[in-house]
Amino acid sequence: MKKIIKYVIVDILRNKIVLFYTFLSLIISLSIFNLESSTGKGLLTLLYIVLIIVPLVCMVFSTIYIYNSAEFIELLVSQPLRRRTIWISLFIGLSVSLSVAFLIGIGLPILIYQSNATGFMMLLMGFLLSIIFVSIAMLASSITRDKAKGIGFAILLWLYFSLIFDAIVLFILFQFQEYPLEKPMIIFSFLNPIDLSRIQILLKMDNSALMGYTGAVFKDFFGTGVGIAVTTLVLCFWILIPVWISSGKFGKKDL
Amino acid sequence: MIVAKNITKKFGKVYALNDVSVTCNKGECIALIGPNASGKTTFIKCLLGMVVPQSGTINFDNNSIAHNWLYRNRIGYMPQIGRYPENMSIGQVFNLMKDIRKPIGLADEELVQKFKLDIIMQKRMRTLSGGTRQKVSAALAFLFNPDVLILDEPTAGLDPVSSEILKEKIIKEKNKGKLILITSHVLSELDDLVTEVIYMQEGRLGFQKSISILKQETGEEKLAKAIAKVMITGHQ
Repeated sequence: MKKIIKYVIVDILRNKIVLFYTFLSLIISLSIFNLESSTGKGLLTLLYIVLIIVPLVCMVFSTIYIYNSAEFIELLVSQPLRRRTIWISLFIGLSVSLSVAFLIGIGLPILIYQSNATGFMMLLMGFLLSIIFVSIAMLASSITRDKAKGIGFAILLWLYFSLIFDAIVLFILFQFQEYPLEKPMIIFSFLNPIDLSRIQILLKMDNSALMGYTGAVFKDFFGTGVGIAVTTLVLCFWILIPVWISSGKFGKKDL
Repeated sequence: MIVAKNITKKFGKVYALNDVSVTCNKGECIALIGPNASGKTTFIKCLLGMVVPQSGTINFDNNSIAHNWLYRNRIGYMPQIGRYPENMSIGQVFNLMKDIRKPIGLADEELVQKFKLDIIMQKRMRTLSGGTRQKVSAALAFLFNPDVLILDEPTAGLDPVSSEILKEKIIKEKNKGKLILITSHVLSELDDLVTEVIYMQEGRLGFQKSISILKQETGEEKLAKAIAKVMITGHQ
């Protein structure tokens, strides 16, 4: 297993795109912190990069990488290796490279300019989001053999998590505005890792007042230690479940 | 050594393999013969666990291969079309394989030398010609001294000299008592290799016979002619 992970990571490094991604995000985050008048404002700008760009990059890169490794996978499958080992090694290789890229590219500037609770929360959420979207990418690429379909599906999933889900939630809110929906909203937010991360980071930024009564309910739940623990746990499920389903699918796949 | 029972594999609605049962014993060199799309490659992939059949069992030395992977330590597989990571060099592919499968004793690099692959080790896989790829596949299949060799169209794309080298190597390994499964459309070159024939047609097993019986029944000396006779008469 270790050897395959090593080969995957060496291959990704040789590919240079992840290095470029690291370098670019490092420049962007450094310049955000230096251009904004206060570092707090810089963090808010960075929030959108963490919530939108990081998942997109992780998702698209991982999906394409899996499809391009078709030959590598085929070569390994005919060897004395468990299929699960091959698949999990690919997952670990991708997660390690992309999360390290995040930690260097965005985590490092946060630690330099904003090493407080908000910064750490953003660091943790970005780190988990990186891995979650690698996991979702593995699921997308295990569903179909067609490369274009797989990548299209991955992009649709990303759109769903970053835009469409919010639209659905707003629609429900407006349709049922006579009813108390604050508590169901908490459950709803578990269905979207990006929303969950956004809530956690915003709560740490003390901007929850902007969210009105719902914000207060959110703070009562998500702001507590239990809330943070539950959030982290749910995010871990978001990592484990897609990769687990995709591993099952890969185990039965004809190559 | 390998016992396959009632293997059925459907791709969509098409039967790639339909109730195929064969037994392959040690020391045999078995030719898998059949028209295109008769299920030869699918059958081989089933043996390797690359394709999972819908029903039927395959036993390798009396152990089922389902959910098992260690048995592949004893198989050398040469695919019909060798697909390798394009940006890896030949040397890197060999190192990867040696990393994954610890060779017992020394790796068998005879083919590497005879095919003169050792002098082009730094070449990237994407730059290789079809024939050179085929040589890499062959060298990899023999590298770990496996008990079973599964060769899918081994000589397709090889020049006459190289295919002669490969044939000599196959005979050498056969004489060591290994089980060799080979598919080929060039029947004339199987003549001095095979001891048994498995004939497949449209996913079904036509017959499995030893070569001497087959020749006796058809009254032909050459395998090619014997098979042709079988195909024409629809002999079952």
